[in-house]
Amino acid sequence: MPAQSLLQFTGKSIYCAVADAHIDPWIPVDRAIITHAHSDHARWGSKHYLAHKDSEPILRLRLGQDISLQTVEYYEKFVINGVTFSLHPAGHIIGSAQVRVEYKGEVWVASGDYKLENDNFAKPFEPVKCNVFITESTFGLPIYKWQPQHEVMTEIDNWWRQNKNEDKASVLMGYSLGKMQRILKNIELQDKVIYAHGAIYTLNERLRQAGFDLPELTLVTKETDRKLFRGSLVLAPPSVDSSTWIKKFAPYSLGYCSGWMALRGAKNRRAVDQGFVLSDHVDWPDLNTAVKESGAEKVYVTHGYTSIYARYLNENGIEAGEVHTMYGNEDENEEEEVVQDISAGTEAYQQHKESLDEEITINSKSTIKSPQQGI
Amino acid sequence: MNLDRTNKTNAKVELMKQYFLTASDEDKLWALTLFTGRRPSFKVNRTMVKEWAAEEAGIPMWLFQESYHSVGDLGETISLLLPNNKVDGSDRSLTEWFRYLGMLPGMTDEEKHDHILQAWMQLSQHETFVFNKLLMGSFRIGVSQTLVVRALAEATETDSNVIAHRVMGQWEPAGTTFEQLILDKGENDNASRPYPFFLAYPIEGDVSGLGNPEDWFAEWKWDGIRSQIIYRNNELFIWTRGEELSTEKFPELHFLSEILPNGTVLDGEIVSYMDDKPMPFNVLQTRIGRKNLSKKVLEEAPVAFLAYDILEANGVDIRGLTQQQRRVELELVHQKAPSQLVFNLSPLIDFKEWAVLRELHTLSRQNIAEGFMIKRKESTYQVGRKKGDWWKWKIDPLSVDAVLIYAQKGSGRRAELFTDYTFAVWGEDGKLVPFAKAYSGLTDVEIGQVDYFIKRNVLEKFGPVRTVKPELVFEIGFEGINESSRHKSGIAVRFPRILRWRKDKKAEEADTLEALKGILEMYR
Repeated sequence: MPAQSLLQFTGKSIYCAVADAHIDPWIPVDRAIITHAHSDHARWGSKHYLAHKDSEPILRLRLGQDISLQTVEYYEKFVINGVTFSLHPAGHIIGSAQVRVEYKGEVWVASGDYKLENDNFAKPFEPVKCNVFITESTFGLPIYKWQPQHEVMTEIDNWWRQNKNEDKASVLMGYSLGKMQRILKNIELQDKVIYAHGAIYTLNERLRQAGFDLPELTLVTKETDRKLFRGSLVLAPPSVDSSTWIKKFAPYSLGYCSGWMALRGAKNRRAVDQGFVLSDHVDWPDLNTAVKESGAEKVYVTHGYTSIYARYLNENGIEAGEVHTMYGNEDENEEEEVVQDISAGTEAYQQHKESLDEEITINSKSTIKSPQQGI
Repeated sequence: MNLDRTNKTNAKVELMKQYFLTASDEDKLWALTLFTGRRPSFKVNRTMVKEWAAEEAGIPMWLFQESYHSVGDLGETISLLLPNNKVDGSDRSLTEWFRYLGMLPGMTDEEKHDHILQAWMQLSQHETFVFNKLLMGSFRIGVSQTLVVRALAEATETDSNVIAHRVMGQWEPAGTTFEQLILDKGENDNASRPYPFFLAYPIEGDVSGLGNPEDWFAEWKWDGIRSQIIYRNNELFIWTRGEELSTEKFPELHFLSEILPNGTVLDGEIVSYMDDKPMPFNVLQTRIGRKNLSKKVLEEAPVAFLAYDILEANGVDIRGLTQQQRRVELELVHQKAPSQLVFNLSPLIDFKEWAVLRELHTLSRQNIAEGFMIKRKESTYQVGRKKGDWWKWKIDPLSVDAVLIYAQKGSGRRAELFTDYTFAVWGEDGKLVPFAKAYSGLTDVEIGQVDYFIKRNVLEKFGPVRTVKPELVFEIGFEGINESSRHKSGIAVRFPRILRWRKDKKAEEADTLEALKGILEMYR
């Protein structure tokens, strides 16, 4: 064993001292290797970024057009001070990568966020043999077992169809980056016109401009005739259910795509009409498969059920440790994401903002539900 | 049924109504059994069921427990953990499932294991969840009894007051039929059956908003147990709110069977009562949970009944009379009874102007009352919580500013959030002393923010409990305060709850234990 680990958990990133490179740092650094463009992994302010080329459009949208960004292909090797790095498909969202780090015959893999199922948009996860595997554990409990994707997509198709029959809008919430592209690639597009909230519209446009095969969306604006929402699909980020923006779609049915929808408690708390259990993270069986296929003799467990999963691995003959990071707050960061999209200053976003303001002036009363009183 | 898929009241009522219109009478009766909290016990040991499920899922027990902590509901946890590929399982009816479960009590543990596993094997995930609920209870499906009554009333085109009355009282699915229970017009109703309680709304704004003081009665709002005392067919029944038949718990009141005329139903408050005056609720609390009421307990916490309404006189339902008329009837019944300290009328407060009442209101605590009840003289006795005729005007709770120091995840709809908090005040040695747990009082947004803080400021873990960096300050309200040898702080507060988040305060600025003890002195 070397005196110092190849990768270290410094409290600000996953750090390679020999190469002086940080993986997914949560404070500004000189050299940042980014696993994927979600805002809890790709943070603002570093001097130089390196990421997969498919992450570029989103990284520039979110972190600024003028960031210093080097992009690579999957499997392409780059060497920094004798340390060999390469990115490998993680299947989480477009451009998402596991970072393979090799030095003097020892291999570490920092997998960022990942899932094993092919979502027909991100390049599917590929296991990478290594000595040490760093894994997320967002859904690292045996209660989380996903249904096959096509079943969930059929549920969404049926829900939309039923709402259409009842002349209601189908407002479908999910993370703008990842979930929405996955949905668009896998559901049956029942209409030519699909409506979208500004956060999703902006991302979709950016990805289309970069050449990705995604359907064109229609931005919801102040001018959009509300009658047109009847029977239509409206895509929205998860923060809208407590906003007044959503009122313009009435009558509507509210759906939410998230792994957390597996629990009745979470579903009831969000007060959605229909929860779709769809996640871009591994479930319990796939997490165990990934760990096994990495062949690692040592595993570090980051964001999620870290202590639980580390204990489980230790009891099952795989040495594991838990690591505290600042990853895994996609939920909270959705709000941030919207703000950053506004700072990108596109014209579309301006229109979207106007459509928000309009609602707010009509009704400034919050629709947030207060919790039940009493013990 | 898709009942738990919707949060909308009308949709729920409609779903239940459809069920009551289409299901078989047997199934309807079982559904009603569940909705009204009468699920029979199938004599299964929860610990064993957990072990069977963990074994079936192929996970160690500690991992089962961690999963349970995350989900918050045992039946749901098991349904998520079992290996399950069934899409649509069984077509057994509710009645058939209850029959299947009804075989359990006579079985050995091994037979129970096989019987339950056999069911799990053939059910889909959602069905397993429902099955577990039938098996082990806590069948909360987000419908109140009021909603069930409404749906049933609509489905049978019967007045909802009648239905409410019919589903109350003592009945078991084995001893009746849907026909007998709900549809029989003949009043061969169970003699024990209470009337649904009429509940008050908290007053909004100033009391003068109620208009002319002459239209209203005011009484102290007693801090006891709301109860109905029924004497019919020469038998006495004492019901407490929450629909519990508690006759045996109050032997002091059994003499009422000798002085009340047959066909009498009184509404009032059971309070602890000593030296001719009511005592704080905590005195009563010492005997509530006990199975055996020893002589000592009865001596230390005697009770009295303070009557404030009469719902049935001489066997006639008189809820349709006005408050004023019922008060006259009540006083008649009381006058005829020999003078007894333990059967009193809740006195009417003499006031001509709201100002007088406002003045008296400040004396509530000295009178061991929680404020006033204000009732419209012309009002009938209604069902459930209705706005307009009965108001409660409660005193402001006592409060201190305290620091959040421990947190635990909630259950049910709050399973993934830290929502159960323990609060502390500063002790004399400069250390924080925990004194109260509170669950409610924050908005969903605030809960989210507090949860966000907790997840990033965990100092230690003890099982499901997290020690949190002492930083957030909350104003904690409570209704009463007492000495307690069971608590580290030496103090127990009643009904603690979060009044507001004091974002303006630092932890150092929270209150001290000394201040709490000061409040205790004041209200002892």
